[in-house]
Amino acid sequence: MTLDEILASLFPDGHDVTVQDGLIAGSGPLAGGRATVIGIADETTLGVDGALRLAGLVLDAAARDDGDPILVLIDSGSQRMRRRDELLGLNEYLAHLAKALFLADTRGHPTVGMIYGHSAAGAFIATALATRVLVGVPGANPTVMDLTSVARVTTLPLERLEELAKDTPVFAPGLDNMVAMGSVRAVLDADAPLAGQVASLLDDLPRFDDRDRLGAERGGRTEAARIADLVVEAARGG
Amino acid sequence: MSAPTADRAPSWYEASARARLAALLDRASFTEFLGPAARETSPHLPLFDLPRAFDDGIVVGRGTLDDRPVLAAAQEGRFMGGAFGEVHAAKLTGLLRAAAELRPAAVLILFDTGGVRLQEANAGETAISEIMRAIVEVRRAGVPVVGLVGGRAGAYGGGGLIAGTCARLVVSEQGRIAVSGPEVIETNHGVEEFDSKDRALVWRTMGGKHRALTGGADAYAADTAEAFRAAALRLIDRAPAFDLETMRAEQARLEARLERHGTAGDAPDIWSALGVPESGRVSALGDDAFAELLASSGDSHDAR
Repeated sequence: MTLDEILASLFPDGHDVTVQDGLIAGSGPLAGGRATVIGIADETTLGVDGALRLAGLVLDAAARDDGDPILVLIDSGSQRMRRRDELLGLNEYLAHLAKALFLADTRGHPTVGMIYGHSAAGAFIATALATRVLVGVPGANPTVMDLTSVARVTTLPLERLEELAKDTPVFAPGLDNMVAMGSVRAVLDADAPLAGQVASLLDDLPRFDDRDRLGAERGGRTEAARIADLVVEAARGG
Repeated sequence: MSAPTADRAPSWYEASARARLAALLDRASFTEFLGPAARETSPHLPLFDLPRAFDDGIVVGRGTLDDRPVLAAAQEGRFMGGAFGEVHAAKLTGLLRAAAELRPAAVLILFDTGGVRLQEANAGETAISEIMRAIVEVRRAGVPVVGLVGGRAGAYGGGGLIAGTCARLVVSEQGRIAVSGPEVIETNHGVEEFDSKDRALVWRTMGGKHRALTGGADAYAADTAEAFRAAALRLIDRAPAFDLETMRAEQARLEARLERHGTAGDAPDIWSALGVPESGRVSALGDDAFAELLASSGDSHDAR
């Protein structure tokens, strides 16, 4: 689905969402309130300037007492891999955006991420992955690391990696694999109105971070929840 | 004349994860959780014909710092560059979840990481987010989370984002904090954009002095456990709350940095703008001289 199709399906009565410099911003009526919409379009990379602008919008929404949700729509590149961004402390800017989203959520503004295109690395962590619930739109293709890059770093032949990728969700690119990790909760139905599907998500939000449990249930990330639980038990004892 | 090697404090940069913890915390106070004897190794590395470690490259546990109970994690940069694999990351997530429940005096994270482990990239990337969310929960419970950056591998990639989520950060000159590493920038945009072989460029763009001066870290430590310990003790009692006020202040802090230094070509330009005299000499300053300089200049870093 294109961004316009998604927005039309989310807000059949209209919205004021626009895209500028690859950043999505605006709002629209949703589930009895008015959702704040932020995001990244056109596979734009996320640098210090964009992260700060999005964080400002999230904090404005977080400051209000209306309890309205925040939607994070993502079709991004990775973080911007430039000298200037690192000189200025990109890690702080990306972490700040993620923290703003976490804060908004704790202040009663449910955060819903929707990946409808590409995303990778730091841009993915600072946006979609920092929401309470992340869903995918069919056709989305999150790629933490493309196989060509994995081949270069691991010095394993690309053919071998492609073979491994078929049944190893822990490293292979793609939406299905992020679903198997538990990081993408569900894939939406592109043929049904998104407004109703998002309203259902808002009615049934996870009460804690259960992504590792989902990953175990789905067989894609079998160790994470078990290991974390063992550490918690050890810390409680003695 | 330099002192004989035997008389010098051991280097934090050179030390192992376990040695750092032993030297940082009160003597013999550390108890490891899920240590090497538990044999919890990565189930994924054998697929890539790679050796495993019995602790998956991270040590987590409890101890005391000046008699106060703390939970602590130390990454081992010598195993897979300290990268976040599924098991490695889950040990830190578990430690943080325990901290939100048990409310120790602090959580200390000793970073030494190149970021997400590529062979387990999807699990690692997801786990970075789980760790960041868990840190926020710990901070909301009123427990300071303090990051210590001074290891061989620095705090890169997802490690940089986790560092940016901590309430307080201590960094040494050798500590580097960034998202994209030098090689990654060079690979993507060419050697004209970033020459990863230029060590001086790496240090002044991502290194501890630059981060301390610009507010990317809250304290600067010499390359010893003693210095990191003293800095951590100072910072624990000055950790900001995680609330709207702090996040708005961080927004203002980062906006001001962008406005003031957004067109700077190189780190010394920023240092000059911050009022550092003879900014070209910063890299050559010893730890004591730099600490003095930092006390008299450098940017505000109250909000994180």
